[in-house]
Amino acid sequence: MSPEKGINIDPQTKASSSSNNKKVVYHTKDFNLWYGDNHALKDINLSFNEKEVTAIIGPSGCGKSTYIKSLNRMVELVPSVRTSGVISYSDKNILDKTFKVEDLRTRVGMVFQKPNPFPKSVFENVAYGPKIHGIRNKKVLNEIVERSLRGAYLWDEVKDRLNENAYGLSGGQQQRLCIARCMAIEPEVILMDEPTSALDPKSTLHIEELVQELKKEYSIIIVTHNMQQAARISDKTAFFLNGEVVEFDKTDTVFTNPADSRTEDYISGRFG
Amino acid sequence: MEHMNANQVQNKMSTRIRKNSIAKGLFFLSTIFGLIILVILLVRVFSQGIGWLDWNFLTGRLSTDPEKAGIMGAFLGTAWMMLVIIPVTFILGVGTAIYIELYAKKGRVQSIIQTNIANLAGVPSIVYGLLGLTIFVRLMDLGNIVLAGGLTLSLLIMPILIVSAQEALRAVPQELSEASYGMGATKWQTIKKIILPAALPGILTGSILALSRAIGETAPLTVLGIPALLIPFPEGLFDSFTALPMQIYYWTLDAVLTEEYAYLAAAAIIVLLGLMLLLNSIAIIIRNKFQQRL
Repeated sequence: MSPEKGINIDPQTKASSSSNNKKVVYHTKDFNLWYGDNHALKDINLSFNEKEVTAIIGPSGCGKSTYIKSLNRMVELVPSVRTSGVISYSDKNILDKTFKVEDLRTRVGMVFQKPNPFPKSVFENVAYGPKIHGIRNKKVLNEIVERSLRGAYLWDEVKDRLNENAYGLSGGQQQRLCIARCMAIEPEVILMDEPTSALDPKSTLHIEELVQELKKEYSIIIVTHNMQQAARISDKTAFFLNGEVVEFDKTDTVFTNPADSRTEDYISGRFG
Repeated sequence: MEHMNANQVQNKMSTRIRKNSIAKGLFFLSTIFGLIILVILLVRVFSQGIGWLDWNFLTGRLSTDPEKAGIMGAFLGTAWMMLVIIPVTFILGVGTAIYIELYAKKGRVQSIIQTNIANLAGVPSIVYGLLGLTIFVRLMDLGNIVLAGGLTLSLLIMPILIVSAQEALRAVPQELSEASYGMGATKWQTIKKIILPAALPGILTGSILALSRAIGETAPLTVLGIPALLIPFPEGLFDSFTALPMQIYYWTLDAVLTEEYAYLAAAAIIVLLGLMLLLNSIAIIIRNKFQQRL
């Protein structure tokens, strides 16, 4: 398991050679992260294209959640976090202390592991984002709420109960509500941190179909511990192990012809 | 059955069940003990006081003649004091809790502040009386007016409110604030729109407890030198005043000389309990309203 040189086969060149025409939204260069003394992410080099689904897979504790939370600086909520390197979004280094984190999170939405609707009505949940950004016009809000709920394929199920508490929805509906809530701020990128791990198979399927639709308009980065899911829905896959990127390539390649033996071991279920 | 001997199990069965009943009985008795004492107290207070509780008593001024004496003055004093205590304690207490829980960096300084607040909640009330006497009555030269009394009692219940508000804030699931931050909300927007509304029922429960404590406190008021014999009604925050518990205290003392004063004290206790119930129900109604909205 010695970290050999050349394992991080320069991800940019490989990734961009396959899709030259697509714009890069996120670019991570030599990114390191520590929780206190624990070196959780080591020399991460990755870049993500717009309007693609990138899956991040890896065993528990490999740093995949930490990494996706670094992309919108949510990881800073944990005290004692230190970072080095560069994560650039639209060519700006988001780790720069002068970069406004509120601005970043307005352009990069996030869907969490556990559905986390606010204890408010369905309407208020979706309208929350636009409201904090200063939209007060009732008509505009109505439009945003309807469009977002339709976008998340939830409108037909909740249109008659917009004023009911979101906690009354099923788990799968709640997660789609969270996706609608995220879409309401019209982000460019949606980060998803194991969005189906708390859901039943049917709701999972719903979300996966939704991701396929969302991809037309958004760039999606999704952390998943479900390899079949990664294979089904993503264009590219990054495999994390012990805080390092072992492999990053087109999903087909990663799953059928991985370059690294550890990737093969993981996807064939030999560990993790 | 290899290890479980059927006879042995049967023999033990009735003993085990009996022990269960004994345990249940003991816990029931300890509950009943406190309740019985409370009922005795209430029955005595009501039987002695209810006859004296008439319109004249509620609205009358203090008098040397027990037949004519009323508690309007003391009632107004307590009410005015509440007008100081409620906003001061709530704003400063919740503000402190928000700062410690949500803004302050977790570290040595924060833990020192935290330990001290927890300790302050256990300081005897008479010490707060001395504090109030030194700072408000003497140093700020307010004299023994409503404002001084109210501020002193605010200090007294502040630690209780801070600790319970902190607990309520901490109980708000992290996922909710993450969702809010994740959409580009600032910390203050997240606190105002997500954390505080979710924590409010818990904060109000803490406030009810703290307020009930303040309304019945006597010791700090005696130290402040609040008079018991006061004929004029207080009309504002800067007037001299007396409070219901003070009135009860002095009437109870006077009962040694004139028996009627004991009945007056009992009647005043009923008023105090009623006021306490009223404030608690208001807080509970507000709390339920917020819980429904969630």
